[in-house]
Amino acid sequence: MTQTNTQTSHAEEGAIARFFRATEIDTRLLGMVAALLLIWIGFHLYGELVNGRGAFLTPRNLWNLSVQTASIGIMATGMVLVIVTRNIDLSVGSILGFCAIVMGVMQVYVLPKYLGLGHPMLWVLAALCGVTIGAAIGAFHGFLIAYGKIPSFIVTLGGLLVWRGAAFLVARGETISPVDATFALLGGGPYGAVGAMGSWIVGLLACAAILWMIWNGRIQRTKHDFPQRPMWAEYFLAALGCGVVIGAVLLVNAYPWPVGIVKTYAEASGIEVPEGGLFISHGFAIPVLILIGVGILMTILSTRTRFGRYVYAIGGNPDAAELSGINTRWMLVKIYALMGFLAGLSAVVASARLNSATNALGTLDELYVIAAAVIGGTSLAGGVGTIYGAILGALVMQSLQSGMVLIGFDAAIQQIVVGSVLVLAVFLDIIYRRRAK
Amino acid sequence: MSNAQKGTPLVELRDISIAFGGIKAVDHVTVDLFPGEVVGLLGHNGAGKSTLIKCLSGAYQADSGDIFINGEKATITNPRDARSYNIETIYQTLALADNLNAASNLFLGRELVTSAGFVDDAAMEAETRKIMARLNPNFRKFNVPVSALSGGQRQSVAIARAVYFNAKILIMDEPTAALGPHETQMVAELIQELKAQGIGIFLIEHDIHAVMDLCDRASVMKNGQLVGTVNVNEVTDEDILGMIILGKQPGKAA
Repeated sequence: MTQTNTQTSHAEEGAIARFFRATEIDTRLLGMVAALLLIWIGFHLYGELVNGRGAFLTPRNLWNLSVQTASIGIMATGMVLVIVTRNIDLSVGSILGFCAIVMGVMQVYVLPKYLGLGHPMLWVLAALCGVTIGAAIGAFHGFLIAYGKIPSFIVTLGGLLVWRGAAFLVARGETISPVDATFALLGGGPYGAVGAMGSWIVGLLACAAILWMIWNGRIQRTKHDFPQRPMWAEYFLAALGCGVVIGAVLLVNAYPWPVGIVKTYAEASGIEVPEGGLFISHGFAIPVLILIGVGILMTILSTRTRFGRYVYAIGGNPDAAELSGINTRWMLVKIYALMGFLAGLSAVVASARLNSATNALGTLDELYVIAAAVIGGTSLAGGVGTIYGAILGALVMQSLQSGMVLIGFDAAIQQIVVGSVLVLAVFLDIIYRRRAK
Repeated sequence: MSNAQKGTPLVELRDISIAFGGIKAVDHVTVDLFPGEVVGLLGHNGAGKSTLIKCLSGAYQADSGDIFINGEKATITNPRDARSYNIETIYQTLALADNLNAASNLFLGRELVTSAGFVDDAAMEAETRKIMARLNPNFRKFNVPVSALSGGQRQSVAIARAVYFNAKILIMDEPTAALGPHETQMVAELIQELKAQGIGIFLIEHDIHAVMDLCDRASVMKNGQLVGTVNVNEVTDEDILGMIILGKQPGKAA
């Protein structure tokens, strides 16, 4: 009896293990997705049972969630590289605030003097200015860390204070609003989304990319005589990937514009609003597309380029990296410049979403960004971490945050929960890694 | 006279000195190496062997003294310079990035890239399989971080890295320290093979018998200074031990 039981459980375990090996799905990733779904369903059910209305698993909330995740997610991808090299950046929130205020001043006070208000190049120049300043600040921090040999914790802790103060000085604490109309689109909102048709185009391109990657992977393996994945696993991965993409498209297209916006829009463009209202889909928000684009580029950078390889080598063994001829100091400057650039990009998204620039923008963001990267599996000991993990981590953080707002937890409890979840997530990760070894 | 000691040396470290915070780790040491020759560097821990050799591999820069490669003065300020002179090093610590797999470590700093400029992991793995088939045919763990490998397997990755890139000058810092008898024998055979190809090898080694077997000459250091250089076939292991322990040249001993 006991023996048969053991045998069946062995056979089952074997089947599951075989499935994961054949599909090469990262079980850690799977665990994170499961945790995320658990959070989502939990908040929805809680709302349904306690408040009589489950508001979490609705197109509207999930769409908003995606927009809210964008700013933290963009920075978290850069934080992965910083933490992988055994460093830290505590200044990203302040860099974000400083870049936002500089962009605000540029597009509201400085540039219109030369170009005139509403000039089509205004938003481009302002955004360029923001990311350039972000990259320059990051490079400066990196320079102090790499060549001045000052610990990154200290340099960026100083940066945290310096750039927040500088943000205040730039506009003497004023809030700059509204920003340029085109610039504001980068932050999302009904107009700052690509609509139903645009979303389908994005979705189909993504599906095509997934299929190409699977097909190309087979060709590469054949070329070098490596073992192939079984055919059923390839089909499964293709179906899963495309399924997720199409599901996301259907979701964002299911969230219509609010009635008021539809009315203004219809009046402006001379369309009759039919009886029962006009259904105009939001589609993917622009900041979300920026996040996805950043995620893809950063993944390519970290896994497919020499730069990325060196980042991980430095994290794994700084001495070995140096002895292998890698210019580790210059690498650090570049990594911090990239982190600063991404903080500048986040500043674009965050200030556009608020339609204003304040010197307090991005306060405490550094902690959420670090938490997102760490929850996403980036090891503070260095050498380990993935971009997609960090983006998922940002989504988890943001889900907790907005979920608690939805069910009416007050700010104090929100902080307690988020803090506890961070510690718990890292603890689970440590246990997982210990068992994986 | 040793059979190798004619013509221009492949490497000459001339009058090298380096100090750390007032302590002279290497004090006016001169050693040389000819093609197809194995020169053993011996001495107690802290005698300055590794430090001396790190001046050649680019990890340290000498305070004074010159390095000559093929009779020409060479400037080696970092590991990249050393590599450009076809100097490869197997460090005592192995210098592997534990979180990367064997292929990534083997090609670290010299990745194969596709025409689009991306790292070509598949090609690097294929090349790694080829060289490992030669050096350590039992090696199978190509897709795991090297932290998951045994000491001997890690050592073979480090050796493969030094051998793969057509080294002319090879520095081996205690290459058999972590190895069992069988693997040690494989390294010995490899050294003979590389020697036959005309590669010059500096071998830092504590095991006197290995030195007597493998080396043509032995340079002994003590307290940062060179005690002397002897032709291995002209002395006994007792003589060399005397040099290491007493710091005296054989024959000169009172």
